[in-house]
Amino acid sequence: MELSGAEILVQFLKDEGVECVFGYPGGSVLHIYDELYKQEDIKHILVRHEQAAAHAADGYARTSGKAGVVLVTSGPGVTNAVTGIATAYMDSIPMVAITGQVPTAVIGSDAFQEVDTVGITRPCSKHNFLVKDVRELAVTLKKAFHLATTGRPGPVVVDIPKDVTDPNVKVPYSYPETVSMRSYNPKVRGNARQIRRAVELILSARRPVIYSGGGVILGRAASSLTELTRLLNIPITSTLMGLGGYPATDRQFLGMLGMHGTYEANMAMHECDVLIAVGARFDDRVTGKIEQFCPHAKIVHIDIDPASISKTVKVDVPIVGDVDSVLTEMLQFLRGTESSMNQAELQQWWELIDTWRATDCLAYDRDSELIKPQFVVEKLWEITGGGAFVSTDVGQHQMWAAQFYRFDNPSRFVTSGGLGTMGFGLPAAMGIQLANPESDVVCITGEGSIQMCIQELSTCFQYMLPLKIVNLNNRYLGMVRQWQEFFYGSRYSHSYMDALPDFVKLAESYGHVGVRIENPADVEDALRDAFALKERLVFLDFITDQTENVYPMIAAGKAHHEMEMSPKSVLI
Amino acid sequence: MRHIISLLIENEAGALSRVAGLFSARGYNIESLSVAPTEDASLSRMTLVTRGSEEIVEQITKQLNKLVDVVKLLDLTEGAHIEREMMLIKVQASDSSGRDEVKRLADIFRGNIIDVSNTSYVVELTGDSCKLDAFIRALGDTPILETVRCGSMGIPRGEKSLHV
Ligand SMILES: Cc1cc2nc3c(=O)[nH]c(=O)nc-3n(C[C@H](O)[C@H](O)[C@H](O)COP(=O)(O)OP(=O)(O)OC[C@H]3O[C@@H](n4cnc5c(N)ncnc54)[C@H](O)[C@@H]3O)c2cc1C
Ligand SMILES: Cc1ncc(C[n+]2csc(CCOP(=O)(O)OP(=O)(O)O)c2C)c(N)n1
Ligand SMILES: [Mg+2]
Repeated sequence: MELSGAEILVQFLKDEGVECVFGYPGGSVLHIYDELYKQEDIKHILVRHEQAAAHAADGYARTSGKAGVVLVTSGPGVTNAVTGIATAYMDSIPMVAITGQVPTAVIGSDAFQEVDTVGITRPCSKHNFLVKDVRELAVTLKKAFHLATTGRPGPVVVDIPKDVTDPNVKVPYSYPETVSMRSYNPKVRGNARQIRRAVELILSARRPVIYSGGGVILGRAASSLTELTRLLNIPITSTLMGLGGYPATDRQFLGMLGMHGTYEANMAMHECDVLIAVGARFDDRVTGKIEQFCPHAKIVHIDIDPASISKTVKVDVPIVGDVDSVLTEMLQFLRGTESSMNQAELQQWWELIDTWRATDCLAYDRDSELIKPQFVVEKLWEITGGGAFVSTDVGQHQMWAAQFYRFDNPSRFVTSGGLGTMGFGLPAAMGIQLANPESDVVCITGEGSIQMCIQELSTCFQYMLPLKIVNLNNRYLGMVRQWQEFFYGSRYSHSYMDALPDFVKLAESYGHVGVRIENPADVEDALRDAFALKERLVFLDFITDQTENVYPMIAAGKAHHEMEMSPKSVLI
Repeated sequence: MRHIISLLIENEAGALSRVAGLFSARGYNIESLSVAPTEDASLSRMTLVTRGSEEIVEQITKQLNKLVDVVKLLDLTEGAHIEREMMLIKVQASDSSGRDEVKRLADIFRGNIIDVSNTSYVVELTGDSCKLDAFIRALGDTPILETVRCGSMGIPRGEKSLHV
């Protein structure tokens, strides 16, 4: 089969099983867009800003198990997409970004809409390619998908000069079923000896705790993790990225750990004697003060990326491998061994944990006349039966979403953890809805963040995406305001969101339903009514208590046992 | 500690900047770096010299290994190895006593004088970095007009070797 570069690209995407591409056209990708026009297998979603294309592909990837695909033009198309690519990179999300480039003959001459895409995206992608010869196109695309989806996943950029997609230059094409790269062979199975050592260490523990992370979600290991945790009957906490990897409503779950983690989770970290880190990367939001991190613990760390191991915290039993594979082997070892944990010690450990739980660290004022943001998220959880897909933006609302929406299933919580990108929530929700057309998809956001990609309301209307947007409108860049209150003597420098739009009218002008809610008594009905409108996007503008803070909080540089507690929690 | 790390890397456009970019992005220091193709035209051999605590050097090797273009890596410091660096150094040599002195020094250091003008010599010298430093010190007051050093290269001793 002889095809042009543009034809090869589109045919390749079909052969690779791609159903959905998020993009925005421009000069350097017009040959490709012309091919997209001639077919119906691949759905192209026209966003309103390239950043949103990448975030939408990201949301799609996190909830479909497939790589998200982005298509943008050279120059500004690429630079707009970079924030989204970097966001995916920090959270290890599989994505292939196809970027147009100026023709090969003029590369390097400051041609119209030329940027050094490979140079710009090098530090924020897993790998990138510049395709200079149409005969290399298919195999390069295959490599890109292979790299994006295997090992530690991540975004891969394929930069394609316009002449490479020239409709008049045809070359033979056949779909490369497999690809091998001598320099890239991620390890899947863990070392058996290390796995045995880990199991022995765990069985000898008196105060063990599991610290699970995004790797459990990325590696689809929720069921083996749950089995192992239940078998051992030990406590488990999770990072922001790992939420849903173990059912949040289960007795053994301590809640999230870290800066805004629960008292019980952070205290368990501080007092544990064996820490089992599963697909988590010891991020500084999680560890707090490194010198005092888990001061009494021996640490087991399972991670597919050797560079994640002992990066910030030295570990005792490193296991490089895929979480699901390693956990499955651990389960086999455990079932085959006679020895078990000292149950009396474990019992005491649980009793200690129960005293920490009694602090009720997430307590808030339930009698307030103002709408408490926590209350909205709690009600949202109830009304959706805990089963919705939830994306968030970045700020206080993100933390309340993590604390109060209790995720029992993996891949339901979609948030920008590593880069913390405001503007992520709405476009990510679009991608989620496209991957899960029948499901409830909610975007929990703030009035600051939502304005960073608000233009996507137009995309939602075009493709009839019935998202539910829960805007926790505190008229503040709340997270910034909270830091200013705590650490800058309440000098609220530029954290006030002055001159806000009327979000109800704004939603309406985009063709959606908008509702403003000002009384706690109306919260529940408003949410119910919104979810009853199955076919419509509903923008719920909750006017919340402006002064509410996120608790508990570990200030930067403090250790796990040095938490600031909510005035409402029970002191011990 | 000083580490000399050897890499086999795909001989592709951009491979060098991935390595250089990694060092600058992560704030690792890089003392010298040398790179050239090998007998297998698809591969380049790169040698880099860096300094850092054991933890940092461990991260450096892991991060380098993680680069998709890096095929193989060896920290030469971990075993017996030979290290060489080449220097071309142009020195002033105008009067006869000066000329003799430079010639004598070059001989002692097993260097070669590879260019001669009325007022200067170019000396070619190989050895490990310490030897080259020692030569420069030995030149004393002799004015140095120009120094070019290629950065360290290394190879393991004996049967051990870095190949695909
Ligand atoms: C405002 C704000 C506040 C925050 N506060 C908190 C907080 O209080 N608590 C908190 O936890 N986070 C918080 N975060 C998020 C934080 O910044 C990090 O993003 C997060 O902690 C990282 O999660 P993780 O360790 O699970 O790693 P991820 O970024 O999810 O990384 C996954 C790890 O798993 C590995 N992996 C991937 N696939 C596999 C596989 N198949 N097998 C094995 N390993 C695999 C990867 O190599 C990597 O090491 C906050 C973020 C923001 C924006
Ligand atoms: C693109 C971007 N710019 C700046 C920040 C810094 N930042 C983190 S949270 C936050 C405030 C977010 O305000 P809002 O969306 O209203 O959420 P709230 O904290 O009030 O719930 C800011 C400015 C960021 N994370 N991302
Ligand atoms: Mg706000």
